Amino acid sequence: MLRNILSKKILRDTSQVRCLVTSPVTCTLHTVLHDFHVAKEGKMVEFAGYSMPVQYGKVGIATSHREVRTHCGLFDVSHMLQSKIHGKDRIKFIEKLIVGDIESLEANTGTLSLFTNEQGGIIDDLICSKTDQGYLYVVSNAGCKEKDLAHMKDHLSSFRAAGGDAELEVIDDHGLVAVQGPRAAQILQPISEGGLDDLYFMNTREMHVAGIPCRVTRCGYTGEDGVEISVPNNKAVELCETLVDLGVHLAGLGARDSLRLEAGLCLYGNDIDDTTTPIEGGLAWTIGKRRRETKDFLGAEIILRQLKEKPKRRRIGLTCSGPPPRSHCAVLDADGNKIGDVTSGCPAPSLELNIAMAYVPAAYSKSGTQVGVEVRKKTILATVTKMPFVKCNYYTKK
Amino acid sequence: MARLLLHGVGSLLPRLSASHHLYTVTLLPHTLHRHFTYAATLLAERKYTEKHEWVAVEDNIGTIGITNYAQESLGDIVYAQLPEVDAEYEQMEECGALESVKAASELYSPVSGKVTAVNTAVEDQPSLINQSCYDEGWLFKLELTVPAEIDELMDEDAYKKFLKESEQ
Repeated sequence: MLRNILSKKILRDTSQVRCLVTSPVTCTLHTVLHDFHVAKEGKMVEFAGYSMPVQYGKVGIATSHREVRTHCGLFDVSHMLQSKIHGKDRIKFIEKLIVGDIESLEANTGTLSLFTNEQGGIIDDLICSKTDQGYLYVVSNAGCKEKDLAHMKDHLSSFRAAGGDAELEVIDDHGLVAVQGPRAAQILQPISEGGLDDLYFMNTREMHVAGIPCRVTRCGYTGEDGVEISVPNNKAVELCETLVDLGVHLAGLGARDSLRLEAGLCLYGNDIDDTTTPIEGGLAWTIGKRRRETKDFLGAEIILRQLKEKPKRRRIGLTCSGPPPRSHCAVLDADGNKIGDVTSGCPAPSLELNIAMAYVPAAYSKSGTQVGVEVRKKTILATVTKMPFVKCNYYTKK
Repeated sequence: MARLLLHGVGSLLPRLSASHHLYTVTLLPHTLHRHFTYAATLLAERKYTEKHEWVAVEDNIGTIGITNYAQESLGDIVYAQLPEVDAEYEQMEECGALESVKAASELYSPVSGKVTAVNTAVEDQPSLINQSCYDEGWLFKLELTVPAEIDELMDEDAYKKFLKESEQ
């Protein structure tokens, strides 16, 4: 059995990455929390070139998943790329590369955005926050670290050559942890300087947490309320130990994947990539209104034309019972002809049915449409289902 | 766990014959499953594959399951796709799959043969495989067509050594 028993293989498949290393054993990168994970019995696997915990001890992924949905979980996401963009033209610079309207963001507010290429494909997804400290705070995927940096640096040099004032600073002296779940705010409240009551979804602020100077952003990748905390490397373990003492459960990549899938959130490399456009990916909402007028991001012409003319294929959600569809399973029409591919899929621990994302022709994208999915040569009946699959629970201003 | 079960069953049935065959015959139908429990728990009889499956052969019928290492690595199993009765497989041919939240893991027939029974209990309740991978969580049985294949598989000690080596 178990060709895939060690999630290593699976995770490498889903991690989109050309690995930074040739041998996973000898040159895997470590986050600042690596020893912490090992001490907490993290089952370490390779992900995006990093040794990361897929789960901890004997706690199964489904259990860990439910701990986050009902209580609170702590994820190490230090492998992601944190960067700052400085300079008085920083917004102009970043807006060339991403589709979001950063200019119109209120101070200390962020948005999910996309780096696009000239062909309208997605280079990576990211969170870009406009701080009042004179820089943009950008967090993008670990697996895209190299290409994101190369892309930014490439455009930065031409931007600067043309007289633009912008500078890129990679934050490598901070780790990043996500605290997610309905109890996250309540648990963090007493140790967060100034409290969290006025830190709404997608707000970011520098504050002390447990006496440690951090940047706290109210966002996450689970569909639950929660925050991501950028913490100095030398204080990361201390912060995590404090959170564990407060009853926060440790959660690994396994739960992170099933949680984000239930929340309908894309995994770069699976559900979106260089060959999918924001429109096909159902991410048109990330393109700011003003940006649709200015049309000045990479690939704008193709993307905006597609927005107007409607895309030929779309990312959709699927639900079914029986064997769970996984990425690369074929989606079939009623006659058994292949019409698309599943890009992510798993049994949903919160729902007791299987959920998946897939790309299908626009004609099949309406909720309630029945399609087939081929799982190990058998055809399973699946229903196109609106995402998110579970209700999201963000802390928004009423 | 396995040993406890064995002792438990043994105490219910005093003076057990060493022959499993005789033992089965004496059981009442509703306790028949205990026969599998008994047979499967004898460590000496279990043979192992590098795919982390075990097979225990009795009267040319092999009972197949996954190892404790396998069930721990897979985590909570939520779906078991088992082979169909009468299906025939070559040794190491893919014959089904187990699904956890994390991953799908294919099953490979440890020996060549024709499927004689599948454990419908694990189809209904896949978590049995996690709870009792050597006993109630067995997967299927097949009639061996090449009995000599069993000799090529690892015994308990060899499998333990294999696990140790692959962990490094």
